[in-house]
Amino acid sequence: MQTSSRHGIKAHAARFTAQTLREAARDAFAKLAPLTAMKNPVMFVVLVGTVVVAALSAQAVANGKPWLYTAVVALILLATVLFANFAEAVAEARGRGQAASLRTARSQLVGRRWRNGQFDCLPATELRPGDIVVVGAGEQIPADGEIVEGVASVNEAAVTGESAPVLREAGTDRSGVIAGTTVLSDEIKVRVTAQPGESFLDRMIALVEGAQRQKTPNELALTVLLAALTLVFLIVVVTLPAIGKFAGVHIDAVVLIALLVCLIPTTIGGLLPAIGIAGMNRALEANVIAKSGKAVELAGDIDTLLLDKTGTITLGDRRATEFIAVGGARGPDLREAALLASLADPTPEGKSIVALAQAQGTVAADTGASTFLPFSAESRMSGVDLDGGRVIRKGAKTAVVDWARARQVAVPADLDAAVDRVARGGATPLVVADGSRVLGVVALADVVKHGVRERFARLRAMGVRTVMITGDNPLTAAAIAAEAGVDDFLAEARPEDKLARIRAEQAAGRLVAMVGDGTNDAPALAQADIGLAMNSGTQAAKEAGNMVDLDSDPTKLLSVVEIGKQLLITRGALTTFSLANDVSKYFAIIPAIFVAAIPGMAALDVMRLSGPVNAVLAALIFNALVIPALIPLALRGVSFRPGSAESLLRRNLLVFGVGGVALPFVAIKLIDLLLAAVAGAR
Amino acid sequence: MAEVILLLAVSVALAWPLGRYLASVLKGEASRADAMFLPVESLIYGLLRVDPQRGMTWRGYALAFLASNVVLGVFAWLVFLLQHTLPLNPDHVPGMRWDLALHTAISFLTNTNQQHYSGQAQLSYLSQMVGIVTLQVLTPMMGLGIAAAMLRGLFGGRNAATARDGEARDLGNYWVDVTRLTLRVFLPLALLFALSLTMLGVPGTFAGARIVRPLDPGAGMTEQVIPVGPVAAMVATKQLGTNGGGWYGPNSAVPLENPTPLANALELIAIVVMPIAVVFMLGPFTGRRRLTPLVFGVMATLSLASIGASVHSERQPNAATAGLAAPGPNLEGKEVRFGASASALWAAVTTQTSNGSVNAMHDSLNPLAGTAAQVNMLVNAIWGGIGCGLVGHLVFLLLSIFIAGLMIGRTPEVYGRKLETGEVRLLSFLVVLQSLTILGFTALALVIPGVAGNSNPGLHGIAQVFYEYTSAYANNGSGFEGLGDATYWWNLSASAVLLLGRYPCLLIPLMVAGSLARKRQAPQTAGSLDIESVTFGATMIAVIVLVTVLSYLPVLVLGTVGEQLMLAHS
Repeated sequence: MQTSSRHGIKAHAARFTAQTLREAARDAFAKLAPLTAMKNPVMFVVLVGTVVVAALSAQAVANGKPWLYTAVVALILLATVLFANFAEAVAEARGRGQAASLRTARSQLVGRRWRNGQFDCLPATELRPGDIVVVGAGEQIPADGEIVEGVASVNEAAVTGESAPVLREAGTDRSGVIAGTTVLSDEIKVRVTAQPGESFLDRMIALVEGAQRQKTPNELALTVLLAALTLVFLIVVVTLPAIGKFAGVHIDAVVLIALLVCLIPTTIGGLLPAIGIAGMNRALEANVIAKSGKAVELAGDIDTLLLDKTGTITLGDRRATEFIAVGGARGPDLREAALLASLADPTPEGKSIVALAQAQGTVAADTGASTFLPFSAESRMSGVDLDGGRVIRKGAKTAVVDWARARQVAVPADLDAAVDRVARGGATPLVVADGSRVLGVVALADVVKHGVRERFARLRAMGVRTVMITGDNPLTAAAIAAEAGVDDFLAEARPEDKLARIRAEQAAGRLVAMVGDGTNDAPALAQADIGLAMNSGTQAAKEAGNMVDLDSDPTKLLSVVEIGKQLLITRGALTTFSLANDVSKYFAIIPAIFVAAIPGMAALDVMRLSGPVNAVLAALIFNALVIPALIPLALRGVSFRPGSAESLLRRNLLVFGVGGVALPFVAIKLIDLLLAAVAGAR
Repeated sequence: MAEVILLLAVSVALAWPLGRYLASVLKGEASRADAMFLPVESLIYGLLRVDPQRGMTWRGYALAFLASNVVLGVFAWLVFLLQHTLPLNPDHVPGMRWDLALHTAISFLTNTNQQHYSGQAQLSYLSQMVGIVTLQVLTPMMGLGIAAAMLRGLFGGRNAATARDGEARDLGNYWVDVTRLTLRVFLPLALLFALSLTMLGVPGTFAGARIVRPLDPGAGMTEQVIPVGPVAAMVATKQLGTNGGGWYGPNSAVPLENPTPLANALELIAIVVMPIAVVFMLGPFTGRRRLTPLVFGVMATLSLASIGASVHSERQPNAATAGLAAPGPNLEGKEVRFGASASALWAAVTTQTSNGSVNAMHDSLNPLAGTAAQVNMLVNAIWGGIGCGLVGHLVFLLLSIFIAGLMIGRTPEVYGRKLETGEVRLLSFLVVLQSLTILGFTALALVIPGVAGNSNPGLHGIAQVFYEYTSAYANNGSGFEGLGDATYWWNLSASAVLLLGRYPCLLIPLMVAGSLARKRQAPQTAGSLDIESVTFGATMIAVIVLVTVLSYLPVLVLGTVGEQLMLAHS
């Protein structure tokens, strides 16, 4: 499912051009405007520090005192702020690029409007909701809408990147069409549902572009904590000179500001907005449009996934897997009858019966002309009337048994056992009879998709339960559930059962996600904490969900969960890293501040730096450089290996906590060596 | 060293059953002692006009706590002000100045027992018994009541099974908790311990001071006044209730409070037994058995590290004697009869537990042990004061859950209840409040000319001031001393710090618990953070150390850490 998205949006995103970077660099300066800067309390403190140090530097110039060191500190501080702004700007630019690529698809579309029995050709911008347009093979669909008449295969590559055509049909749950996609075959009538420029996708893209990006709940909570830590360190540096003065320790203002900037969590503070935007972008890369960042974040908290069996867990088509003869009928007789009854059957099930019978060596005798009776909801059987007068029926047990009894055909005693055995195995039993006897049972089995079992196991390791929703009877459902490895199932489910199940899960305190496409899924999509609507689905479903999957791939939900988790982990990991860094920075700066006043201070200088000035500069340079160094990680997200919470915590603590203490020691020492080589030991 | 290990082992062994008993008292379980206690309790509920069946929300619990504290505080203040007009004053002690009386009342009301006076000279027997001891008995049980209410909140309150999401939860009845804890736990223990102390030679009398002729006529005085009184009862409550305020100015260094090495050992056990018992209470009280090992593991690790540093430090010679041929351990400011190790152990546990009683001068500790004592109080969650230590520890637990929760990719949850911006804001406020209060007042005292009155210049002078405010904020009460602290500045500024260290630090966590309690509870899954794991315990230790060290290292470097470096250098 990841592969399909490689073609479309991802391809655009991968174009990380010089253009994007230039744009981001320009934005980084624009974000220095105080009103914008104030939204990020941590970096705003750095900005204020920059201004103060710059002023001190200017004062030194005016007084003819040495100013170079102060000026260098001011520049490093400015760079720190710019790097943080740049991180946010890059993330934004990427999001804009992705959204723009979605939009280009729909410029300059023309529609054939059908009104009062005649067509007008007019630009898509003049189409209004309620208009009916006709789209033929090879034409682009001019506006979002629903097919009111006809069925067509549509290439949606322009929007989804998926080049395989999809089927769209009036009156089904796959009736939605998207502006900019191309009809490949047939002709359809589409009722326009959106104002120009306000199509569902237009609105969602606008959201993604982040014009009015709001902080997500966890981001807000973290911002509060980071602001509090910033305030604590502000208190530390404000009180320090007053306390030091009592012991005759004078502390230089520039060094104090350097201490402040090194202590406050600039790394996570600088990268926090970028991480949030990148989370939305990653969802977009997976071809999922989330209506808010909050939804993406929430996906990581999901406890229960409700999944429709068909299409998500199984391939959707049942295939014949076994013939069971009953009542003394011979196997070959059963196979032949089943084969004859299915030769003209166009359904996948029918074709699979033919294939299985032939594979088992049955050859269809030429029976001459025959009449095929297709399956209907009333008869619940299909079959064939051969010219020789032989009639064969296959269908649900009750239907075939009724049919047989009506013809005074005896029903063998072992039929029930055979039917039960098939049902218990998770397959659908199809009873085959001809005019004289009931021959046996064909097992039609659902084929579980390759790899779902492993995916569900991964989800279980993350603490996510999967519940399969199916219209099958409980026996069949249980067997498939066991085969697919879901945790629970809901059999013989009607749409309202889904809603009830979601409410029940939520009442037990769980957060529920579900996938849906039909109009009757809309209430459940709205009730679920995460409702992932299929883009192929109805407008109602798309409005009700809080995410739309452009690929219409129900298993996409699993990726969304991982993206949500990754988003939080990245924030937590970089917070830990940022705080752990402080420990090592202290060992650079504290000796530098006090070495003149307190003999023996050098004992704390475990890095043996070349001098107090270089120590402060090295710590500040490290502090600034670590932000751009971590931009790729912030945008990509911390690599996420599903596993128990315990193992995740241990790994991230080791990498970002212990690593966060160790790395600056090495980096600051290296920067100091460089500084000493360039400017000498000071 | 063997005595250190033995004392700690005995304390833990005694704390275990005591913790289970605490849980059963707080849960209101039926017991054989009901026949004795229930009538007394109903009498008290009747007098207070309290319905013991009625539960309280966090707000109700907090208001009851505040109301009872206002009444007790005003009462104690009046007693200290007017003691010269009241009975039981055989030595004719005058009334206290209003600011000193205020500081004393607040100090004991906040379970701090910071003393800017010398008890034997400045308090009447009535003040000691009714003013001081009443507060010493009640305030630790009030702290424990708040801790119990907070724990109930973290698990959804007593009505968790029936309440709807968003509905206010029943966190218990304040009056019932405090009454039961006082009658069934504290008073019997204190009685037993007071009798033991009397047996070992601590005075227990209403007679006035003894006047004796000095054994050594060369001492330059013809007679010596030895103040006595009902000392044993007060020493028992001061040690058992993490109070620490002594009858005599020099506290447990005085033979009349702490006569023998055995008395010293018993008092040391009394200092730690209740705070450790609170940890053992956790499992049976909350039904979360594994919570006790987690909290015990984190606290014990930090405790042993700090005790180790302290004992090691005091076994080194004092810098002034280091040049001698056989300098021995640091006995400066210590009772020779207790020796360096026992005194260092005492210094460590009295600052860990928010007790604050001393048997040696902390001012004279080697800088490393002095640093350990200050760090203990800055953390104030290694055992900590009865109840309040646990509340502080739970604050660190919640902060750690927030950080760790993000690292496992879920919105942080406390036993299934989401920790969101509202709670994080309250917890953050506490973190800021501590540094603002301690560092702010330290800076003010040092900058405003003439207010500090510290006896030392330089780094040690800074340490004296910083220690005083840290001790006040931690509601510890021990002092580096050396401050001319009976002044308006010290009485009033310390009073403010005492109040800030007590009420916001107890009530804000209670508020957080109240807000968590009413939230929807998610079931525990493989994806939830396992709080009671070694990994999380390590995370908590890292968070505690990081928050404390990062905020206070610079000022410690300007104090005892700087002193240590200078000593090492010379």
